[in-house]
Amino acid sequence: MNGPTRKGERTPGKGHGSVTTYLAGLGFAIVLTLASFWAAGTSAVWGPAVPILLAALAIGQMGVHVVFFFHISSGPGDANNFLALVFGIFVVGLVVFGSILIMANLDANMVPMDKLMKMQR
Amino acid sequence: MSLADHLTAPVEDDEDRTPYSERGPAPIDVVAGFGFWLFLLSDIVMFSALFAAYAVLADHTAGGPDGVKLFNRGYVLIETMCLLFSSFTCGMCSLAIERRSAPATYLWAAVTFALGAAFLGLELSEFSRMIAEDAGPTRSAFLSAFFTLVGTHGLHVTLGLLWFVSMMAQVATLGFRPIVVRRLLCLTLFWHALDIVWIGVFTIVYLGARW
Repeated sequence: MNGPTRKGERTPGKGHGSVTTYLAGLGFAIVLTLASFWAAGTSAVWGPAVPILLAALAIGQMGVHVVFFFHISSGPGDANNFLALVFGIFVVGLVVFGSILIMANLDANMVPMDKLMKMQR
Repeated sequence: MSLADHLTAPVEDDEDRTPYSERGPAPIDVVAGFGFWLFLLSDIVMFSALFAAYAVLADHTAGGPDGVKLFNRGYVLIETMCLLFSSFTCGMCSLAIERRSAPATYLWAAVTFALGAAFLGLELSEFSRMIAEDAGPTRSAFLSAFFTLVGTHGLHVTLGLLWFVSMMAQVATLGFRPIVVRRLLCLTLFWHALDIVWIGVFTIVYLGARW
């Protein structure tokens, strides 16, 4: 028995980093950042695919930061931290994509401005 | 090893097998870290609303300048690198805190502060240039959304810098007592979270990712 402290529960960002993991995180992040800036200005990638590539690179880099800087994992001691993260991602997804979907739908169904002016006369 | 053996084999990890009801309260380090992690996630949810507003309004320039005309990618790459390296030096700072080494903590905190201040200076000079070019937040819906999103991030960086100053004063006067170490942990998490938000900012705002 451990007395009053629990074994195996972890705090984000604490006690699991080393110079090596931070250097690895920095290296991955620099490569992904440079790749993003390259992808935004290149003609080597088919135009319409560029936003998807940028989104993939950004999500990848966020993952690198979570793993190498926050030290969040899906391991046993991290269950609370990981579940909170998953819920956060869920809400962010709802807010961002929900807003864009609803506003695009409203925009598409709105009476064009010139017609609206005529109707008001 | 058959599937049945595999399923019944003991799991080898360091997880506590005591029932939750018998484990007693979690140590305060875990509670504080988890609580601050929840705060950071809720902060990111707030940013997501600003991102959504920007995404909806980005094309509504009201005849004013658009992002392609206003943003300089080389400049943004320098800002991004400042913040990214500051995240790394912040990690070095948390390793120094774990060793309870005050000189190393001051050194890495100072480097982090300098990089954060450089980022903020670059951002403020970009804002003042845009406002001087009649592209301020009142010019169009696009620019209102831009200044709100990027300005809120800049405000967070400013608060982080003030927090760094405050924490270094606490290390100097109080030393590495448990409450100071917990606050330092929260500060380093806050700083890493700022960098994660910035990834979204440079991808969506400056590199103009659209769907």
